[in-house]
Amino acid sequence: MAEVSSWTMADMADLAPRDVFGKALIELARKNERIVALSADLMLSTKLKDFAAELPGRFFETGLTEQATVGVCAGMATCGLIPFFATFAAFAVMRVCEQVRTDITYPKLNVKIVGTHAGLSMGPGGTTHHATEDIAIMRSMANMTVLVPSDSIQTVKVLQCAAEYEGPCYIRLIRGLESPIMIYESVKKCPFEIGKAATIKQGNDVTIIAAGSPVVQESFVAANELEKEGIHARVIDMASVKPIDREAVIKAAEETGAIITVEDHSIIGGLGGAVAEVVVEEKPVPMKLVGIPDVYSTLGPPAELWARYGLNSESLVRTIKEFVGKIK
Amino acid sequence: MSEENRKKLVHELEKKAIKLRIMTLEMMRDSEASGHYGGSMSVMDILTTLYFGGIMRVSPVNPKWEERDRFILSKGHACAALCPVLAEKGFFSPDILPTFNKLDSPFGMHPDMNKILGCDMSTGSLGHGTPIAAGMAMAGKYLKKDYRVYVVLSDGEVAEGSTWEAIEIISHFKLDNLCATIDRNKYSLDGPTEGPGILGERGIEGTMTLEPIGKKLEIFGWHVIECDGHNFDQLLDAYEEAARVKGKPTMVIAHTVKGKEISFIEDKYEWHYGQFNSEQYRMALEELNNKLKQLEQKSV
Ligand SMILES: Cc1ncc(C[n+]2csc(CCOP(=O)(O)OP(=O)(O)O)c2C)c(N)n1
Repeated sequence: MAEVSSWTMADMADLAPRDVFGKALIELARKNERIVALSADLMLSTKLKDFAAELPGRFFETGLTEQATVGVCAGMATCGLIPFFATFAAFAVMRVCEQVRTDITYPKLNVKIVGTHAGLSMGPGGTTHHATEDIAIMRSMANMTVLVPSDSIQTVKVLQCAAEYEGPCYIRLIRGLESPIMIYESVKKCPFEIGKAATIKQGNDVTIIAAGSPVVQESFVAANELEKEGIHARVIDMASVKPIDREAVIKAAEETGAIITVEDHSIIGGLGGAVAEVVVEEKPVPMKLVGIPDVYSTLGPPAELWARYGLNSESLVRTIKEFVGKIK
Repeated sequence: MSEENRKKLVHELEKKAIKLRIMTLEMMRDSEASGHYGGSMSVMDILTTLYFGGIMRVSPVNPKWEERDRFILSKGHACAALCPVLAEKGFFSPDILPTFNKLDSPFGMHPDMNKILGCDMSTGSLGHGTPIAAGMAMAGKYLKKDYRVYVVLSDGEVAEGSTWEAIEIISHFKLDNLCATIDRNKYSLDGPTEGPGILGERGIEGTMTLEPIGKKLEIFGWHVIECDGHNFDQLLDAYEEAARVKGKPTMVIAHTVKGKEISFIEDKYEWHYGQFNSEQYRMALEELNNKLKQLEQKSV
């Protein structure tokens, strides 16, 4: 086995989620030799190259064969391996949709699909490389767990939990060049658990529920801005989109009476939909869904795209004030 | 065409292809874009031959002309090469090229048929172009039109199952009105094709084995032509031959160099995608401009 790298968890705070992915998977794989990694011609972009360099015998480059690669993962999983397959989210979900559904979630196999460059984070790559449907698609498959970490530390924690959990997981990462804001202090202190939300800011006037970077960060900044105007917004990081933390949603509905969801994803079927499904059944309160409207996103630098679709903190402040004003 | 005219045409294409590379680089420099240098440079001579070598019939004044030959850049990430080609052909003004990659620009890393005049299909997700080309060719037969369909693939994307499914469909329906080209620059994103093999025995860099690709295609019922993808005489011959072949589709395997004509990125696969700094732009443009000057001085 290759020499242990001189890299520690502590370094992760400086790294983007995508960089963290490659490194964290190496650590996990050292502890569990059933973990293997697969790349469909994107090890440089997904940072699986680090894994390949450290653990070459446990890395498989299958070239541009995403659909077959998902089948390969399924086969490996039936024999006891824990395959992590990473590619751009657009391809990790949509290219291989039926393979994931029929070969992984239907037989409930222990495969982890990692979609990097999700949401609009591929900016000028345009619609073919934007992934704004992935949460909706993956969430609708029975047996699938959908995890959307927001910063590097939570990414490590999510990967640890996914590796320990026995069953199919979809882990959604963004490109990793975006929000420098860290929400969590350390992996140890990061409260992430599958099925559990984290309240990262208290407040009782309205609840903002977000998942993933940069929307969790932007929501956090917006909520702090709103404090200055006397609006006390609760912010919930719903990194476990499925299974969703029903309790946290019900509590938010009861205690704050209004919920706004924020996601770098279509407003159809994503986090907003998942929250609404709980709200309508358990405790109907006014909701606002912020995300990409029902259009194919335009192209441009990611930050400009997020601003265009109202996902930056300035727009969120406006939207939340308007929403709160209308209902209260 | 007389031998003399052919020589003249080849000389014109040589100059044109350098000019187009300059346009690509200037566009990316002026828009401060990151992008796909390697594959845009390797495919440029192929595009130049198709659009300026008298191979494809298109109408810049009437981009949706029904009788036009169809073109699909299946390796959509080389949009930075396609945009200058379409501008130079007259579909739109080159003045708007520097909006490349900017908010709401028609031009991004991957082509959008609803935004770029002269672009017949939106691409960017690899492995989609060949099936779509099949559909266009089948429609052509059905509608009794004599347009031809051209599709350009990257060598990496040949691996896609959808590519092979289309390869079967195209040969099954004997689509001799279709001509595909593989930009065979020997590298995919993760390194050389013919990569590491089982358990990383040849290192970690590289993707899956493609060879013997010519033989595979022949067995699948295609007419296969291998040529130097930077030699215009050979490229012209290949496409002219393809147009004469009846009863089967043609695949041109164009052997190219990734990053062609920019010496410091040639064969360096890490330049598949990246961003030049101003010094690198200066160096690259100087090299291309020198080359253009030399070609202009050459008598034919
Ligand atoms: C389905 C799909 N998977 C992954 C990608 C990301 N990607 C963009 S270019 C590329 C490599 C393309 O092949 P290559 O042979 O390197 O092209 P060229 O050398 O001609 O640029 C990859 C994997 C993609 N665009 N589509």
